[in-house]
Amino acid sequence: MGYIAVGLAGIVGSLLRYYMSVWLGDASGVFPWATLVTNLIGCFLLGYFTSRIAKIAWLHPPIATAIGTGLIGSFTTFSTFSTETVTLVVQGHAGLAAVYVGTSAVFGLLFSLWGYRAGTFIHIARSKSI
Amino acid sequence: MIINSLLVGIGGFFGAMARFGLNKHFNRPENVPLPVGTLIVNLLGSFLLGVIIASQLDRYWTLCLGTGFMGAFTTFSTFKMENIQMLLEKKWRGMLVYLAVSYIGGIMLAFLGMVLVS
Repeated sequence: MGYIAVGLAGIVGSLLRYYMSVWLGDASGVFPWATLVTNLIGCFLLGYFTSRIAKIAWLHPPIATAIGTGLIGSFTTFSTFSTETVTLVVQGHAGLAAVYVGTSAVFGLLFSLWGYRAGTFIHIARSKSI
Repeated sequence: MIINSLLVGIGGFFGAMARFGLNKHFNRPENVPLPVGTLIVNLLGSFLLGVIIASQLDRYWTLCLGTGFMGAFTTFSTFKMENIQMLLEKKWRGMLVYLAVSYIGGIMLAFLGMVLVS
C-alpha cells in the first residue's frame, strides 16, 4: 500500500516537473532555468510540509509519505541537475555551470530553511490565536 | 502531449517507488551519520541519466527512462531537507561531507556515464 501510494504521487510529481520543463524550457536558452526553479519550489514545499506534518493530525502516515517522498520528491530531481551541469561545461559554459551549481547549493538550502520556518511560524501564529 | 505524459508518468511511478524502497533499506540514522539512501539514489541516478543521454535513445525512451524514471528516482528536495535537519541538529561536519560528496560525486558520475557510452 505504501509503495503504490508513493508511486501514484510520483506520477503527479514527475508530470508537474515535465510540464514545468516544457513551459520554461523554450524561454530559458542555455541556462537550465526550468530545473532550477522546479528544484527551489520543491525545496520550499518540502521544508514547509516537513514542519507542518507533525501538527496535521488528520493526515495518515502513508499519505504524508506519499506527499513528501512521492509527490515533492519526484517533482524535484538531482540527476537532471548533474547532467545539465556536465552539458554546460562540455559546451564551453564553465562559468554558467559554476553559477548553476552555486545557486542550486545555496538557494536550495535557503528555500528549504524558509519553507521550514514558514511552517513553524504558521504553527506558532495559530496556537496563539486559540 | 498525451503520449509524452503517459511515458513520463509510467517512469515516474516506478522511479518514485524504487527510491522509496532503497531509502527504506539504507537510511538508518542510528548506524550511519549520513542519509546513505538518498546519497546512493542520487549518485546512481546521475550516472544512469548520463548513460541514457549519451545513448541518444529515441524521444519516447528518453522521456520514460530519463525524465520519468531517473527524474523521480533522484531527488533534490529530500537531499536539501536532510541537510537542513543536519544543520538544525548542529551536525556541521556531516552536512559538509554530505553536500560535497553529493555535488562532486553526482557531477563526476554523470560525466563518467556520458563518456562511457559516447
